[in-house]
Amino acid sequence: MAMTMKEGTRDREHGTVERNQALMTINMGPQHPSTHGVLRLILTLEGETIVDAEPVIGYLHTAIEKEAEHKTYHKVITLNDRLDYVSGMTNNFAYCLAVEKLLGIEPPPRGQYLRVIVSELQRIASHLVFLGTTTLEVGIMSGFFYCFREREKILDLFEALCGARLTYSYIIVGGVRYDLPDGWVDKCREFLREFPKAWQELEELISKNPIWLNRTKGVGVLRAQDAIAWGVTGPSLRASGVAWDLRKTMPYSSYDHFDFELVTAEEGDTYARCWVRMLEMLESIKIVRQALENLPPGPVLADHPWATPPPKERLDKDMEALIRHFLFYSRGYPVPPGEAYAAVESARGEVGFYIVSDGSEKPYRMHMRAPSFIHVHALPVVAKGHLIADLVAILASFDPVMGEVDR
Amino acid sequence: MGDGGMGQMTQDKEATQAITYIDRLMQVTERLKTHFGEAVEEVKVHNGEVTVTVRRDILTETMRYLRDEERFEMLVDATAVDYLPLRGEPRFEVVYHLLSLTHRLRLRVKVRLQSADAWVPTVCHIYPSANPYEREIWDMFGIRIEGHPNLKRILTYDEFPGHPLRKDFPLFWQPGMPVEKTEETFEEW
Repeated sequence: MAMTMKEGTRDREHGTVERNQALMTINMGPQHPSTHGVLRLILTLEGETIVDAEPVIGYLHTAIEKEAEHKTYHKVITLNDRLDYVSGMTNNFAYCLAVEKLLGIEPPPRGQYLRVIVSELQRIASHLVFLGTTTLEVGIMSGFFYCFREREKILDLFEALCGARLTYSYIIVGGVRYDLPDGWVDKCREFLREFPKAWQELEELISKNPIWLNRTKGVGVLRAQDAIAWGVTGPSLRASGVAWDLRKTMPYSSYDHFDFELVTAEEGDTYARCWVRMLEMLESIKIVRQALENLPPGPVLADHPWATPPPKERLDKDMEALIRHFLFYSRGYPVPPGEAYAAVESARGEVGFYIVSDGSEKPYRMHMRAPSFIHVHALPVVAKGHLIADLVAILASFDPVMGEVDR
Repeated sequence: MGDGGMGQMTQDKEATQAITYIDRLMQVTERLKTHFGEAVEEVKVHNGEVTVTVRRDILTETMRYLRDEERFEMLVDATAVDYLPLRGEPRFEVVYHLLSLTHRLRLRVKVRLQSADAWVPTVCHIYPSANPYEREIWDMFGIRIEGHPNLKRILTYDEFPGHPLRKDFPLFWQPGMPVEKTEETFEEW
């Protein structure tokens, strides 16, 4: 399509036959119901066909990277939740892995398993948001309600776990903040039992729906080499046929203990990107089930002389613990100088944190590698030659969250 | 223990990865050194990660070499760090994180820059994913990216004065305030 367009413009310049309609530039967003936040796209159109799309971002810029340089390592965790607000757990996870790398802490086994459990539940919740909004955008209104009904159950589990529904700060440096409350495992098991039925409903709702198939099959094909060149990661990369999942290929936090499939698809179109996420939800269920089954006993937080808070029950008996508690929350803890990059597989792709420490209590520089940031900029590669209406579905299939695009 | 076909094997990954991960990266850097000689300034192993610092004039060649010969197919991240209060000059470091899907390796490539001469050549034509990252580096640090096809501000607006992630940019900035302040006006909370 881009080719013919060029020919058309050349013809116009030479004053010869005008084969094509004139190009039109229109603005999509930042206030647009289907741009998943405040994304602006400058579209160059020929009729209804996209010749070029230029993403304009920054409307949600909150300078979190700058702010992090002025907060202690512990307080930065609360900022990280707000980057990718649909899956806050995985942001905390990657950040804590990076700080732990600098400090040389290894969380205890139970802490590692709890991290796996919450980040897999978070992945399901995030994929449900994705599926709900994507189905909504191609015109299946009811999908949204089915998905959010299920997501609500996960948020309830998280609320029981750490008191928050969106910005958890549950994973902290050295492990996790709290152990599981009484009865949580049963509630979680119940969810794991119920969810495959709900998944079946969703699958029936979508996979045989002619609207869904027409709007997604063969639309927005991303070839594997383009995906790699553009740094696309996560389900969007796997939908293009590249078997790359950090949980499998570069395991962290005892992910190698679990038996699960690496879901890939060959087509690389919008349908494949959705289908990979659908199947990943079931794999996450598998992982959570195994983790609950084999949950090791013991502490959930490493006992580091200064970088982890002392256990609450020691505060009223132990003077040293009280001092440590005050120092931890007021002055923070120093981190040895150096730099570290740690990455986890979030629901969207590789979330990485690059932290430079100068030996003080505050990060000298914190940079987040956000998958959505890259996916938004890879969008023009995919969108060229499609209709505007398809662009909405393509954009949704990459599942960008503007909080982490703009940071 | 050949390096070439190691990445394709997935079965004996557990056996070899822990022992040889750094060794395999060091083999890459050795080859890089023989290829580029003096222009590879420093190779550092820290926290289980390998960092290669190269001179700016061979950055594009290094990237092309690493992508084509060593199969670091993906540029996962590019950013910069301002070392002004820590060491003065060279003030900036531009940091690239490379990922090899074939060999399952991560490598960090760095370029050091003097503040008077803060520019790097673009690597967009080698790794297209560098495009938005380089715009971010320009926006946030004011490091010019020579040869970039579309060097505009990306996160802040076009009229924004200064470059916010530089260390001499105040944390609390308001329109009308000078941006050259070196000291914080407010204590952090």
